[in-house]
Amino acid sequence: MVRILICVKQAIDVSQLKADSATRHLILADAPKKISDFDKNALEEAIHIKEKLGGEVLTATVCPEDAKTTLREALAMGVDKSYLISDPIFENSDTLATSYVLAEAIKKIGDFDLILCGEASIDSFSAQIGPRLAERLGIPLITYARKLSLEGETVAAERGLEDCSETVKAKMPVLITVTKEINEPRTPSYMAIMKAFKKEIVVWKAADLGIPSEKVGEAGSAVQVLDVLAPKMERKKIVIKGETAKETAEKLAKALIQEGVVGR
Amino acid sequence: MLSEHSGILAYSENKDLILELLGKGSELASKMDTELAAVVLGHDVKDQAKELVGYGAQKVILVDNPQLKEFRVEPYLSALTQLIQKRKPELFLIGSTKRGKELAARLAARLNVGCVPDCLELKIDDQGRLLVERIVYGGNAVVTQVFRTKPQIVTLPRRRFEKSECKAGGPGEVVEVSDVQLEPPKAEVVEIKPIEIAETKIEEARVVIGGGRGLDKKEDFKILDELAQVLGGQVGYTRPLAEDRKWFTEWIGLSGHTIKPELYIVCGVSGVIQHVAGIRDSKIIVAINKDPEAPIMEMADYIVVGDLYEIIPALSDALRKLLGST
Repeated sequence: MVRILICVKQAIDVSQLKADSATRHLILADAPKKISDFDKNALEEAIHIKEKLGGEVLTATVCPEDAKTTLREALAMGVDKSYLISDPIFENSDTLATSYVLAEAIKKIGDFDLILCGEASIDSFSAQIGPRLAERLGIPLITYARKLSLEGETVAAERGLEDCSETVKAKMPVLITVTKEINEPRTPSYMAIMKAFKKEIVVWKAADLGIPSEKVGEAGSAVQVLDVLAPKMERKKIVIKGETAKETAEKLAKALIQEGVVGR
Repeated sequence: MLSEHSGILAYSENKDLILELLGKGSELASKMDTELAAVVLGHDVKDQAKELVGYGAQKVILVDNPQLKEFRVEPYLSALTQLIQKRKPELFLIGSTKRGKELAARLAARLNVGCVPDCLELKIDDQGRLLVERIVYGGNAVVTQVFRTKPQIVTLPRRRFEKSECKAGGPGEVVEVSDVQLEPPKAEVVEIKPIEIAETKIEEARVVIGGGRGLDKKEDFKILDELAQVLGGQVGYTRPLAEDRKWFTEWIGLSGHTIKPELYIVCGVSGVIQHVAGIRDSKIIVAINKDPEAPIMEMADYIVVGDLYEIIPALSDALRKLLGST
């Protein structure tokens, strides 16, 4: 029996994000949202472990209340119960403040053998919540895990680093951040989706956790956003075209030599 | 409360990256009119510390301890936490390796401060504030942020900033710190398998030829290899070829290698934002694709609509001829 909690973020689907070409502002209002990709890998891994060893799989999310729809997908995948920690005062929280809220929520939900997070979120990609949470909870951390195995009270993980792959062991409870390589997340069946509607999503506000307003939102954040703009992409976009592949290639070769980017 | 912090500290366990941090660090130190110091952690690493003296750092802070012989997070983290608490820098630069990013986030948690990872630009504005820029939304946007806490912890990616131009042996000194309490590791490393790293790193190549799903077989990469040979460049791949087809273990893109060569020739790649974010600083981009509507075409300097299986070998021939005759 293993008790696992996954921290799930409702992220903006970055592949469908558009920007206003004149102002370079992102059109965030109607951008679709979904469970952040690597969090789905964390969900799959947790559910897989539960199927093998038995136990309970819960999720915690700090998000606006509209995240309920997104969380149904986690429940359909096989999560037993989800916690949504939602309060207008959390708006504009950075990772310092968000990790504080998550840590307070986890302490209230209970004790866990494993806490899983994605290696980073697809929208902000800062890879900080997992490490910050491990520090706040005072438990061992294993980042960038691409393989997990449980043995008694120990968890072993293979980590993919730049210059090596490292196998590490730690005594549970452990917080682990997982990469995309760890598994292929399942697509829930129709039955599972139907069943998910009967599962519980607990909604907590700041007051339920005794969180004061000065520790969250802009006031409780250490980093302040000045602006968010689409990057400038100024490219020449010159079309090279010849009668034959040979002619096209020759024109291109000449253009590259003229640019001074080939040859010595 | 903020004013008690001064100076810049730089640390990376990666020996190339620390020189890049010192390069950017010296520039910032002169703008901020403050001192730059490098941190070296390890065992029997006095020579390494001495070598760093002069690379733009006025001081090299050394913690030399048998418990730091191998990189283990908790002892390294506790050493850095104590150095920061003692020296109170206003800015701490860390190399954006996976180890470095974990250190940075945990350090920020321990000190209860902010941390901005993978900064592509750091500037001082007219109010003297440090502005940091990074890519978010999968490459769709650049966010500019400022800190409200100090030390400001920032991680810098590889190959983004020039290495320090100063030479070893310049003015400066090694300061050894011995009164540091090191925490034991919380996880035990049971096995390490080194990954074979290509001798020339793709980040350092002047010319890169990128191949994507438009290549049908792994063997077909030989036409890209041939072009790379003619140009003295290197071949790179997209994430689907590495992850879905398992042909390779590395890829170019936001989650893999970020490159900025003089010339990037990209063949059979549609140009998802994840890939584009990893190549956007290339000087000249040439896109070769059958599909004139592929997003990659929108961000190329030279666009060729055609079959890469015909164009690439013809391009190798043409370049061979033209370059050979000059």
